[in-house]
Amino acid sequence: MAEPVLSVRGLDVAFTGSGRRVPAVRGIDFDVHPNEVLGIVGESGSGKSVTSLAIAGLLPATARVSGSIRLAGVDVATADRETLRRMRGNDVGMIFQDPTTTLNPVLQVGRQVIEGQVAHGRIAAGEAAMSRAVELLREVDIPDPAARAIQFPHQFSGGMRQRVVIAMAMAGKPRLIIADEPTTALDVTVQAQVLSVLARRQAETGAAVILITHDLGVIAEVAHRVAVMYGGRIVETGTVGEIFARPRHPYTIGLLRSLPRIDGAEERLVPISGQPPAPSAIPAGCAFHPRCPVGRDRPECATRMPELALDATGHGSACHFPGEARPARAEPVPRAAAPAAAAASQTTAAPLLRVEGLRVHFPIRAGILRRQVGTVRAVDGVDLELRAGETLGLVGESGCGKTTTARAIMGLVRATEGRVSFDGRDVTNLPRNEMRRVRRNMQYVFQDPYASLNPVRSVGDIVAEPMRIHGVFDEMGGERRVAELFELVGLSRTMMERFPSEFSGGQRQRIGIARALALQPRLLILDEPVAALDVSIQAQVINLLQDLQRELGLAYLFVAHDLSVVRHISDRVAVMYLGRIVEEGPKAELYGRPTHPYTRSLLSAVPVPDPATRATRRRIVLQGDIPSPARPPSGCAFHPRCFRASELCARERPAFAPRPGTALRGACHHPVQPGDVA
Amino acid sequence: MTSRRARRRIETARRVLAHPGALASTLFLVLTVSLAFLAPWVLPIDPLHQELSASLEPPSAQYWFGADELGRDLLARVVYGARTSLVTAGGAVAIAALVGIPIGLVAGFFGGWRDAVLMRFIDVLLALPNILFAMALIAVLGRSQLAALVAVGITGVPSFARITRAQVLSLRQRDFVLAVEALGGSSSYTMFTTVLPNSLSPILVQVVVLSSVAILLEAALSFLGVGIPPPTPSWGDLLRTGKSFLYEAPTYAVLPGIALTLTILSLDTLGRTLAAVLEDRREVAAVPGREEGRT
Repeated sequence: MAEPVLSVRGLDVAFTGSGRRVPAVRGIDFDVHPNEVLGIVGESGSGKSVTSLAIAGLLPATARVSGSIRLAGVDVATADRETLRRMRGNDVGMIFQDPTTTLNPVLQVGRQVIEGQVAHGRIAAGEAAMSRAVELLREVDIPDPAARAIQFPHQFSGGMRQRVVIAMAMAGKPRLIIADEPTTALDVTVQAQVLSVLARRQAETGAAVILITHDLGVIAEVAHRVAVMYGGRIVETGTVGEIFARPRHPYTIGLLRSLPRIDGAEERLVPISGQPPAPSAIPAGCAFHPRCPVGRDRPECATRMPELALDATGHGSACHFPGEARPARAEPVPRAAAPAAAAASQTTAAPLLRVEGLRVHFPIRAGILRRQVGTVRAVDGVDLELRAGETLGLVGESGCGKTTTARAIMGLVRATEGRVSFDGRDVTNLPRNEMRRVRRNMQYVFQDPYASLNPVRSVGDIVAEPMRIHGVFDEMGGERRVAELFELVGLSRTMMERFPSEFSGGQRQRIGIARALALQPRLLILDEPVAALDVSIQAQVINLLQDLQRELGLAYLFVAHDLSVVRHISDRVAVMYLGRIVEEGPKAELYGRPTHPYTRSLLSAVPVPDPATRATRRRIVLQGDIPSPARPPSGCAFHPRCFRASELCARERPAFAPRPGTALRGACHHPVQPGDVA
Repeated sequence: MTSRRARRRIETARRVLAHPGALASTLFLVLTVSLAFLAPWVLPIDPLHQELSASLEPPSAQYWFGADELGRDLLARVVYGARTSLVTAGGAVAIAALVGIPIGLVAGFFGGWRDAVLMRFIDVLLALPNILFAMALIAVLGRSQLAALVAVGITGVPSFARITRAQVLSLRQRDFVLAVEALGGSSSYTMFTTVLPNSLSPILVQVVVLSSVAILLEAALSFLGVGIPPPTPSWGDLLRTGKSFLYEAPTYAVLPGIALTLTILSLDTLGRTLAAVLEDRREVAAVPGREEGRT
């Protein structure tokens, strides 16, 4: 095998800024070879990003680094500033998570792409540099690169910016590229474009790539080898096929099982209990043992740190009892009451929530006189129905209007047009005091559990707040009721006096759910309730939501961008694009035989955490980006990106109508028939 | 619940006092305040008692700070002057806060025409030079301690209104405020139980900062002869009369000047440290507890 580009041995990083030593990376070894993509996967606080910064020599001064990092013959850990600078220019390219902050907003994109090369004196500024920049932009599929090179970053969309960042990282033909969560800030269809550009450029240049991500799907799509990190250690490493097919470490197994699968069956998720440790409080022995089904009660796991033992194929795990963890998936748990009830009520009962022709337009004002110069059509004609005990998933990419729809239903945003009725009663734009009564039956759970709880009140007060606002605190049982709610969402009643800052993300989301349940509502509007959580915690919250629905007969409007999660939790799913529902129907049919081209491409763009399907899957990579809702395209809003669009689509907006022969409803002039090739 | 809240406050205080500058400032302020208010008991000298034979006497065993042109004890006048300054400043800050905070709260929370009207009013106040405005007001109200207090207080209104409004505007869009609205909370409920308690940190800092500004402004007014009417001792008045005797009795003007400077320096140091600590507390995420959830 060729000499590795990067060789890391015994890397240890600790931060000393806060007065005590906080270990972030605790002794890891790995190699990356030319023409290889190493995926490093882990949850927040696992040390994956710190590892990448250590390799590039970009750690802050408070970090204490020991061990060796040999990159192209240079030991990064001990090198002086000048050597490091030269190394970054010649041998390493970095791609960061957020392309909006990586690019300098006041520098032309073309000059920026080539900036590093000019600074290192490899190319003279001027004509030659500019034509090289144009060439680099062309290589990452930027359309019309010559014109684009003299534009500024704000004129680029998120996906294009990230491609510019890739071009920048590739400009010096580095031997190693470090991509830290390169697609996390992007939408799924744009993510597919960026990943394919990254993979193609990697293959063309033969560079070694370290891809850091929390998304197992992305790893399965792109990586050749995988290292799984937990608590600052590599707990398992191997080829991508081995890791996904025959995981050995209980953590890897747990991670794979806690993941809702877009191609998966209906079984209940198996979350890992507990939560990832904070770097300041890593358990002794094996860091995973308090959460581990194998090692939880074993003294050996609690006292001795297991070493990473590799076999001949390079696959190995750091576990004292590697044979005992079972990779088998969980027993399928029949989801009893809720779907059955929903199915029964589907035909008989009137819907609990009905949304007809909902529009929310925001004026764009400009100038001294604040004249209206345009309209953002955030929601532009949405129809939905939701029955008691049922879950309707509302999916779409960012900016499609799903959150605005949810907030307009809740009365937090004024509807411009259309009707929202709850339990047969029109609740559109009700005056504040009348809306109050409706809100006892309809509650909202926010996306960001860090932002949605009042930081200066105790969590007991927060959960009691809805009852106090409605003046029913004593009537509903006071403190006893609050304690009941805590236990309902799986929190201990002893925590009631604490403040939100003392809780983890998953726990805070439970508090948010307890607050929403306080008034015994019939409908919960869940706005991306698990998007901010780590994978293992996400599964806990999803299971909690499913249990609550079964116990309390709740109806859920589940708003999310993650198609796998939506598939897992929903009975029916509605797909939104640029303010409109493009397709809606029972989930099995929608995911199995989608008829709208957008649904098709969206589903095909989702990275599947199964490398075995990599070769066989057909993928539709959409061109371009989502248009601005301030200037939606004429006719069908999807037509500029659609692979089936005709001249009719540009002219006429398709009606939202039932699809004959299916249980779906959709808005498309040229729906995909089951037999069609996409 | 209160005990946890109290513990948080104690923690904040502990971290402020961990800075040597802030600790020294606090000690000095505590000393000044207790001296000023306990003066009748710890310093049984009448600041108004004249002893013409001792006119402009230098510091001595009997007159520690010396005596003024009428033979009044300067130590007593400086200490009782502190009392005048602190009462005026405290009252002024209270007026400024009581008027400014509600203005900022309503303007930021409701926006629209309420915001436009209230903030234009604040802009007008801000456009007038503080000292001229205070002098004009005193000219109307007549020269008294109450007039000085009100005049200084009104000049402090805009800063409270603006700081509160800025806080409210940023809080208004936060999810937890929206959450209370989604629960059905009324405007006044949301404003007073959710928005206001979360705005208190910068307001608290502003109270400290404005105290020093108020002390300085009061001293300036007295120095110009429009502040506290004699014979009540005040630092500004001591500076004004003392400046005539800079050669004969340098301690006359210098000692009240030092007292004034140290008080203002201490308040500023304390304000800055408090701001830094509160900002820090916001950013520090506590180590999360172990999840004891059902799984």
